[in-house]
Amino acid sequence: MDNDKIDKIIDKYQGDASSLIQVLLDIQNETTWLSKEILERVSEKYPVPFSKVLHIATFYKAFDLIPKGSHEIHVCNGTSCHVRGSSRVFSKIKELTKIRPGETDPDLKFSLKAVTCMGCCSAGPSMIVDGKLHSNMDPINTEDVLRSCD
Amino acid sequence: MPKINSPAGLEELRNRILSIRDQSRPCIAICGGTSCHNLDNQSVISAFKEAIKKKPVEGKVDIRETGCAGFCEKGPIVVIYPEGICYTAVKPEDVPEIVSQTVIGKKVIKRLVYTDPNTGEKAVHENEIPFYKNQMRLLTCNNANIDPRNIEDYLAIGGYSAVVKVLQTMSPDQVITEIKESGLRGRSGGGFPAGRKWEAGQKAEGDTKYIICNCHEGDPGACVDRKMMEGNPHSVIEGMIIGAYAMASHAGYIFVGDEFPLTVENTEIAIRQAEEYGLLGENILGSGLDFTLKIKIDGGGYVCGESTALMASLEGRVGEPITKYDHATERGLWAKPTVLNNLQTWVNVPLIINQGANKYSTIGTERSKGTRVFSLVGQVNNSGLVEVPMGITLREIIFDIGGGIREGKKFKAVQVGGPLGGFVPEGQLNLTVDFDELSKAGLSMGPSLIVVDESTCIVDMVKYFLTFLSDESCGKCTPCRDGIRQMLKILTNISEGKGNEGDIELLEGISEVQNKAALCALGQGASGPVLSSIKHFRDEYEAHIKDKRCPALVCDMLSSVIL
Repeated sequence: MDNDKIDKIIDKYQGDASSLIQVLLDIQNETTWLSKEILERVSEKYPVPFSKVLHIATFYKAFDLIPKGSHEIHVCNGTSCHVRGSSRVFSKIKELTKIRPGETDPDLKFSLKAVTCMGCCSAGPSMIVDGKLHSNMDPINTEDVLRSCD
Repeated sequence: MPKINSPAGLEELRNRILSIRDQSRPCIAICGGTSCHNLDNQSVISAFKEAIKKKPVEGKVDIRETGCAGFCEKGPIVVIYPEGICYTAVKPEDVPEIVSQTVIGKKVIKRLVYTDPNTGEKAVHENEIPFYKNQMRLLTCNNANIDPRNIEDYLAIGGYSAVVKVLQTMSPDQVITEIKESGLRGRSGGGFPAGRKWEAGQKAEGDTKYIICNCHEGDPGACVDRKMMEGNPHSVIEGMIIGAYAMASHAGYIFVGDEFPLTVENTEIAIRQAEEYGLLGENILGSGLDFTLKIKIDGGGYVCGESTALMASLEGRVGEPITKYDHATERGLWAKPTVLNNLQTWVNVPLIINQGANKYSTIGTERSKGTRVFSLVGQVNNSGLVEVPMGITLREIIFDIGGGIREGKKFKAVQVGGPLGGFVPEGQLNLTVDFDELSKAGLSMGPSLIVVDESTCIVDMVKYFLTFLSDESCGKCTPCRDGIRQMLKILTNISEGKGNEGDIELLEGISEVQNKAALCALGQGASGPVLSSIKHFRDEYEAHIKDKRCPALVCDMLSSVIL
């Protein structure tokens, strides 16, 4: 993302100091992750110390500081999905892709994220792959879904 | 739409909307809550639009995407009006048949109506389904009647009439007296009387005061606030306008978690519409009241539900709690007087004003009034959003509304209050939903009821909660940061068959210290699942430690066997 785009997002909030989190969320919406260059630009433009921007970017769960793979897997790790067997889904994903929640594989094919609750506890365990929800997951249909990702 | 500049003008508009709406006009209402949304209700909606094309009913039937109907287990839910025929788990391929048989032919398709898994009985209408029949739906009943993205739908069901009543006939003092007399207690769990908080907010000195709606809800397995917000956002806005009038506040915030895109979208639309209609902004309905409302999205963090952390996050800082030397009503957001209420507290306000405190206070128990909305989830037949009157027993919620345990298995426990709550075993299911009763039993009135059956290992579940909490601890105070981590280590050992004699006592000891020494509710509450599970399921811990055996066959004990 070039500096102009970052500046534009920051300008939208008119330099309101309380909007730092919203600005980073907006930027990440476009870039999918926050690089060091982006964080430096935000810190310069605001201006706030780089350490403060980094503190926010590492504190909140929404921010990713590593590039994402081409397929984003979100697995619900809410209590309901847990008691219905989401840990078996995580194990299967680890077996197939070698990644754990919060990681991306070296080929940049898959990124895995554990989500607190997707709000569809009744259809759990739930998993979203590239924006599409798959419900009532077990190791077998998890494998089917991942194998269908090219 | 020109701004409405008087309460009478709003009533006039309402009458105009009602006069052009034909109540007997057929309507296909499809649930648009998060859960049904994820179950692809959009394909069902497009299938309906396609199916009525070139049919005699084209142009004579409305298709409406409503707020969350609550019965998430059987989504997407479709209700055909005016008959009120309710179909569950509708797939796009069922749609042509629904249109030809029900919408045009007025016949019921038996295979699509709800069938009770225990008795095999069928229920054609919503109010015949046991899940709905046994609830008391005062706050959530309108969700299924409105399109949350259309303010006129809300006006048509009497929306914003509480604002009209307050502006026309009540003084700020009267509003606060009404809230106090209603006995409304904050729905965040602690149960602080809302009227007293409002009074403190009103009396606080200063021209700038803030009111905040906490719709953060980071609990894993709880999705009450977000579904109420996305399903009927105007009821929250209405409650907040009344609060702003009573406490002379001119700015409010709705604080929403980042993981709820639909909630954010619907709230933004609702705020924009309310502004267009003159219900937010300057000189609301010509009353001289100025009140702006903004939505703030959190960066994701369970601890941000704590009041001081929430305000830090609103100020654009990291959400670390601070010691509460001052009440937020004196020194809160940006060091100004601030009244923070949970979303469920705010939505009760229009109801209290419309019904009157006397009528409202007849619902519930002596010290807990009104209804409570829970997210009933886990291994229960009918999961979803349930609204029950205070005073109902947990047994009634799980077995009458929830329809008992899935696949005929045996009930083991219900986890009340999420990661900071505790377990209730079968013997205590007569415990009632009441702030004081639950707190006496060491539980909090959290938004979730997670039912677990015999196939769940309690040790594994506590391990799950501590993994979540250790990940979510902000790391500021030692008892929370290190206490949870050490407890998790002990529990992991126990679950892997490496537990030692004395581990249970050690867990109890750490919990006790943590409960007293941690800075905020997250650290203090982490002892909840640990202590309650030891109290009620000590035998399971002992089986793991002494016999190296997991009775529910969940924990992987293989490593210890090989050793």
